[in-house]
Amino acid sequence: MEKSEHLELYRQMVLIRRLEETAAELYQKGEIGGFLHLYIGQEAVSTGIIAARQPQDHVITAYRDHGVAINVGIPSKVVMAELLGKATGCSGGKGGSMHMADVKKHFWGGHAIVGAHMPIATGLALADHMEKRNAVTICMFGEGATNIGFFHEAVNMSKTWGLPVLWVCENNRYGMGTSPERASAVSEIIQKACGYGMRAYDVDGMDVIAVKNMVSERLEDIRAGNGPQFLEVCTYRFRGHSMGDPERYRTKEEVQKFIEKGPIDNYRKFLLAEHISDEAGLVEIEKQAADEIVAGVKFAHESPEPEDEALFENIYVEDVERG
Amino acid sequence: MAIITMREAISQALWEEMERDPKVFIIGEEVGVWGGTYAVTKGFLDHCGPERIRDAPIAEAAIIGAAIGSALNGMRPVAELMTINFAFVAMDHIVNETAKLHYMFNGQFRLPLVIRAPGGGGRQLAATHSQTPDAIFAHFPGLKVVAPGTPEDAKGLLKSAIRSEDPVLYIENATVYQQRGEVPDGEFTIPIGKSKVQREGKDVTLVTYSKMVSYSMQAAALLEKEGIDVEIVDLRTLRPLDMEPVIESFKKTNRAVIAEEGWKSFGVGAEIAARIYEEAFDYLDAPIKRVAQKEVPLPYNRRLEQLALPQVEDIVNAVKEVLK
Repeated sequence: MEKSEHLELYRQMVLIRRLEETAAELYQKGEIGGFLHLYIGQEAVSTGIIAARQPQDHVITAYRDHGVAINVGIPSKVVMAELLGKATGCSGGKGGSMHMADVKKHFWGGHAIVGAHMPIATGLALADHMEKRNAVTICMFGEGATNIGFFHEAVNMSKTWGLPVLWVCENNRYGMGTSPERASAVSEIIQKACGYGMRAYDVDGMDVIAVKNMVSERLEDIRAGNGPQFLEVCTYRFRGHSMGDPERYRTKEEVQKFIEKGPIDNYRKFLLAEHISDEAGLVEIEKQAADEIVAGVKFAHESPEPEDEALFENIYVEDVERG
Repeated sequence: MAIITMREAISQALWEEMERDPKVFIIGEEVGVWGGTYAVTKGFLDHCGPERIRDAPIAEAAIIGAAIGSALNGMRPVAELMTINFAFVAMDHIVNETAKLHYMFNGQFRLPLVIRAPGGGGRQLAATHSQTPDAIFAHFPGLKVVAPGTPEDAKGLLKSAIRSEDPVLYIENATVYQQRGEVPDGEFTIPIGKSKVQREGKDVTLVTYSKMVSYSMQAAALLEKEGIDVEIVDLRTLRPLDMEPVIESFKKTNRAVIAEEGWKSFGVGAEIAARIYEEAFDYLDAPIKRVAQKEVPLPYNRRLEQLALPQVEDIVNAVKEVLK
């Protein structure tokens, strides 16, 4: 990997972290409504995945989607504007935190019903398969989503038809407050993939380079026509499931243990130890990320609310009179 | 004009659209090797091949979900639900995804997707396989819901649905696949969202759609013998609902009956009646009557089942009552 590539990954992870910390503050001030699921602690997962994909590859994820939004290149100010429900947001203020997308970047959201995006991923891959396009669909989901029927239907169909999907289980150890030990017949999630005859792998989600390399290999394998594969990425969220999580299901000590091997700190140490950057170089990246988010908040604050007319826009593509 | 069955009309529309556009494909249970549970896609597999006539696992959520994903990614899927009763298994993908994605992502997502779903009672399939839950689906903005009652409309509306940039739920009634009707020769389409006067009359406005169109025509023929002249307005599309021909007719007749196969409570008739009251109250000469299914899960027993379903006679009686 080139030095510049390393620093770009670091920049993206720091940018996500600053975005999320700022979003938490804005949520507490009441400026962001609805639910807010932060990606803090999991930045290496989407950063590594998106760094490994080809431009034609699709990505679709669940509601904890701010990281992917940044990684695919939606400007942070546009993400911030969406969080504030502004017309300049990536979904025009109609989607909010859980529904970020950018179709031009082959990022298909941002889906809030657990597991419901998984059959859609199968369909994205089906179209590429039928049109003989050399694209892979990367579908990200939490370990909790492997307990819902959608997962099993989608995975079964993808394997039956040999579709180019990389199923990425982002195992952050809790579906809201429930661990796999309390909700899943097998606590090793990759066993479920084996049940569908898929090759299954796991990787340390706190290590962005490991994630990137693993995903690169998997995508190459799938692109070669070997059908769908399954990847479990072991990670941890440092904050609650969403804002207002009482966190009765885990101890402070447990959280602290994972924070100590957090993905950004880890990578920072690596970059310094390997002399990929000096301290000043990293501080500069961190400062730029912080400045970008400050500017993004300003942009979002100054952006207009959606017009009243927007209420009735985009219900249908074709003109339809109300009702 | 050729005279063909509903089944042939639907089949012809699918065939012609698949010939016209290589992006159109069919996905569903038993659509290929079997030839379609109701034989609508018989012969398609040999002609189009297994890629485009795609036999799916018994997994309705994945069928609709995969149709959505492929539509987003450039295809024009026609997803077949074996019966509309199985739509409940895929309800999330119909309601939370199909009807929402275009709006929720501010127009970025396009879903040129058709879901075909045969429903209806009267085949002794008991409560879970006999429903006419059309009104439920018409409840959701973002979905277009089409339910034709004649072979001409069945063909023309399905072709429009396949060409539509919006998702369309195309509801069939499985008991009328053999019903015959005239269909124009050659290429034609029928616009979605347009109600149609199927029979002109001056005494009563009879609003209906789907299977109840033929029942209404039979009722009108019987009533004609008694000197009652019924105007039949066929909704054809439940969402977006075109009330103009209904209101226009009502302003002429001042009396209305609404006939649907589904349950009365919170149904299509309730919606139509409310809109007539809202839009044309001053023209009202008698309370509006609704003909609908009795409020029971449909039983297996043939006699009980027919007792629960709306009959031609019920429509005749309702018309007479509003004329009292």
